[in-house]
Amino acid sequence: MRNTILGRGIAAGAMVMVVGGLLYGCATAPADPEVSARATAMMKASFKAHGQAKLDRLDQDETQRLCSDYAGRALPASVAEKIQQENLATVRYPADGKLVGDWKSGEKIAQSGQGFQYNDDPKKPAGANCYACHQLSPKELSYGTMGPSLYRFGKLRGFTDDNRKYVWAKVYNAEAFSACSNMPRFGHQHILTEQQMRDVVALLMDPASPVNQ
Amino acid sequence: MPSTMRRRLAALASASALALVFGGAFAQSTEEGIAQYREALQDGNPAELWEARGEEMWKKPRGPKQVSFAACDLGLGPGVVKGAYAQMPRYFPDANRVMDLETRLLWCMVHQQGYTEADATKIKFGDGGSKRSDYEALGAYVASQSRGVKMNVPLDEPHVRDMFHLGERMFFFRGGTHDFACATCHGDDGKRIRLQDLPNLSKVEGARKAYTTWPAYRVSQGEVRTFQWRLNDCFRQQRFPELEFGSDASIALTAYLAGRANGAEYNGPAIKR
Repeated sequence: MRNTILGRGIAAGAMVMVVGGLLYGCATAPADPEVSARATAMMKASFKAHGQAKLDRLDQDETQRLCSDYAGRALPASVAEKIQQENLATVRYPADGKLVGDWKSGEKIAQSGQGFQYNDDPKKPAGANCYACHQLSPKELSYGTMGPSLYRFGKLRGFTDDNRKYVWAKVYNAEAFSACSNMPRFGHQHILTEQQMRDVVALLMDPASPVNQ
Repeated sequence: MPSTMRRRLAALASASALALVFGGAFAQSTEEGIAQYREALQDGNPAELWEARGEEMWKKPRGPKQVSFAACDLGLGPGVVKGAYAQMPRYFPDANRVMDLETRLLWCMVHQQGYTEADATKIKFGDGGSKRSDYEALGAYVASQSRGVKMNVPLDEPHVRDMFHLGERMFFFRGGTHDFACATCHGDDGKRIRLQDLPNLSKVEGARKAYTTWPAYRVSQGEVRTFQWRLNDCFRQQRFPELEFGSDASIALTAYLAGRANGAEYNGPAIKR
């Protein structure tokens, strides 16, 4: 029965623990680590590798673990600071120093939600799906509102070296600037290639990009 | 005839949906558009065809043992479907496990009707065409028998309460290449992905509004989808590995969302984009 659906359930009797006493009142306490550990173990027994999505996707790094345990609670300033510093230390800039690529390619990357799902072809380039959450070019009306509007980002902020570096780092690892941000860490997690990163930076920071018109 | 009719209904529904949702040059939200087209469809939810097929399946002797679901206890007694879905997931002492509807149906197929688990799970989800899942038909029927009934997942039962708390942690669990948790997209009010409005499932009102509509007929897929399907496909988009049908994690997350909907009137199977 071990590898069957009906046999897979943890015998319920063995699972009952005292959870009724869980306190949610303490605003800065993380979730009960015992419950979190059991939830993680349960998930590892309940998912199966499919295509490129193997079970190691459930192995959390420190940032993912902290952001999970403090979700729905106030994130203490010291924890936020730790997450940001550790993630800032991961940011890598291109060896040739070139941060701005082709905004036309960046627009295609911003439109594409392809990549890393178990039914996606891992040989095809992944997108960043920026429009899922952000307004960018005013020509695209189908944009989400999970993140702020980036329309006229470069024009408003200024086409400076510092801003180009900031955009690179933000796309590379958003957790470096905003702990437990909803934005994926496109460089750190190897979602985008170095050239794709440049192209996305261009979409925001090239004066000729439709985002800055 | 049913399949032709289904295709026609689906085509009609898709056309109406597109016309209403996108016809207003984005002057209205997607949600308003869908509300309008639901109204336009009135009582013509194609899920009724799945409900009818499920009812027939429920009453007919099935499987190697030729036993009907009249022996299947969904928690309110053998064969009782009225109000059963509104009280699931729940703890079943005969299986010593908390189960949602789909897992309980599988249990009855295996333990009462004599199917092997492999046979009973060959088609977990249909494709809107010739590939049809018994769970989608049976799910639509059983759920329809809770329409108008208030959600009442037995959270005071210790096994269910435990699964509820584990499901809550799962909801906030970040992982994978994109750091996504359920809460990433479903933890704030008034957000959308592209033009799709997102329910805030971290709040009771949001969980109530969303949970009480599943199973649902998906116009874009021409298929009735169960809650197991909903979770399975969310995790695909979350870039996680595949959530297994009937797994504890699927039941824990369902217990969390269904439990949060307690007190709200069940209103499915609904019709959705």
